[in-house]
Amino acid sequence: MRVRLSAQSVHNELVHRIEEYSGQDLMACYQCGKCAAGCPVAFAMDMLPSQVIRYAQLGLVDRLTESNTIWLCAACQTCYTRCPKGIDLSRIMEALREIVMFDKGSHINYDAISPEDVVEWPQQAFIGGFRKYAL
Amino acid sequence: MKVPYFPGCTLNTTGKCFDDAVRASAAAVGVELVELPNWNCCGATYPLIIDNMLKLAAAAHILVEARQASAGEVRQVTTACTTCYNVLKRTNHFIRTHPDERDRINSFIEADYAGEVEVVDIVQLLRDQVGFDAVRERVTKPLKELKAAAYYGCMVLRPPAEVAYDDPDHPRSLDDLMAALGATAVEYPHKNECCGAYLAVKAPEVTRSMVYTILGSAQRAGAEAMVTNCPLCQFNLDKQQREMTNYYAGYQPIPVFYFSQLMGLALGLDIKDYGWDRHYIDPRPLVEKLVLAQS
Repeated sequence: MRVRLSAQSVHNELVHRIEEYSGQDLMACYQCGKCAAGCPVAFAMDMLPSQVIRYAQLGLVDRLTESNTIWLCAACQTCYTRCPKGIDLSRIMEALREIVMFDKGSHINYDAISPEDVVEWPQQAFIGGFRKYAL
Repeated sequence: MKVPYFPGCTLNTTGKCFDDAVRASAAAVGVELVELPNWNCCGATYPLIIDNMLKLAAAAHILVEARQASAGEVRQVTTACTTCYNVLKRTNHFIRTHPDERDRINSFIEADYAGEVEVVDIVQLLRDQVGFDAVRERVTKPLKELKAAAYYGCMVLRPPAEVAYDDPDHPRSLDDLMAALGATAVEYPHKNECCGAYLAVKAPEVTRSMVYTILGSAQRAGAEAMVTNCPLCQFNLDKQQREMTNYYAGYQPIPVFYFSQLMGLALGLDIKDYGWDRHYIDPRPLVEKLVLAQS
């Protein structure tokens, strides 16, 4: 696997947008891994939460926008609660979702929601889900 | 005491049994929950993009209504849905600490709100303003035979600096409430592990696994029921158990209560309309066992 690092990629425009939307300093992360260790959904992610911020630090944003990690974040705040540097990784995840959705549209398939689901599921599941996965 | 109350959209519909039980059991311990005359959905998740003020407007509007409803007395609003609590509490904190953004929100919702109201979760109110000892004194049917696993979820505990009224790693409030009702609160390590929340909409198989982690842990510690404070947690823990044996051989389902349903039972209230038939795992056998244990 060939990875190309350069000063330009580290300071690219998308990284700047992530920091702007999230209000977080990506370079503050020193890769301790507590976020990944505590994340209750990490088992289902193709890229660990700590890897997400590492890729963002290195400007390798394409891999981030292709991973399933940002869509599986449940915004449970465990990462933010445990980060020794006080980085709110959940905000970085939300920033990445927004960036991808601005580019590719909403990330939810409304047709896959059956009429039974509409009756059974609590409203907050829909409202929360649509807020996270739709523009 | 009268406290302004925000039910939220889910407690108004699929979670109505939670709402009914909360109002009745709060009244039985001297707290009259007065529904805000004018309210809207809080938005169900706290927006995490730092400059999106529009997404805070709904929650800010509720806080304005709450201030109106509590004019002259202690200015607070309480809610039973912990997700609403989290959104309102964090919005309130943001408005208090960000004057420029506060002005923008106020100009949009045409109000002048600066964080004058305290947002209080109902369990926090019961603990701090009523006292669990006072609750215990009013218990007429202690839940002696019940081994309950209190499940807190995320919303009342994280981020701790903004919302936690309990220890975020070792919370006790629901456990202590259960003990006041006469039950045995089971110790297990996954009390504050996320259930998956809205991932139920996107990836229910993921929530299944997350819920199994919590339920398995509680059952290994001896729990025969879960006790929750959030309608989405209750839904995830309850519904996923229906087909759990298809994925985890030998799995034994256990009922998932709202804490207020058990409060109603222990306080001797009429519990027949507490929505027992809306549960996926029928709690009635266990409820009948508890009622029989009284006599």
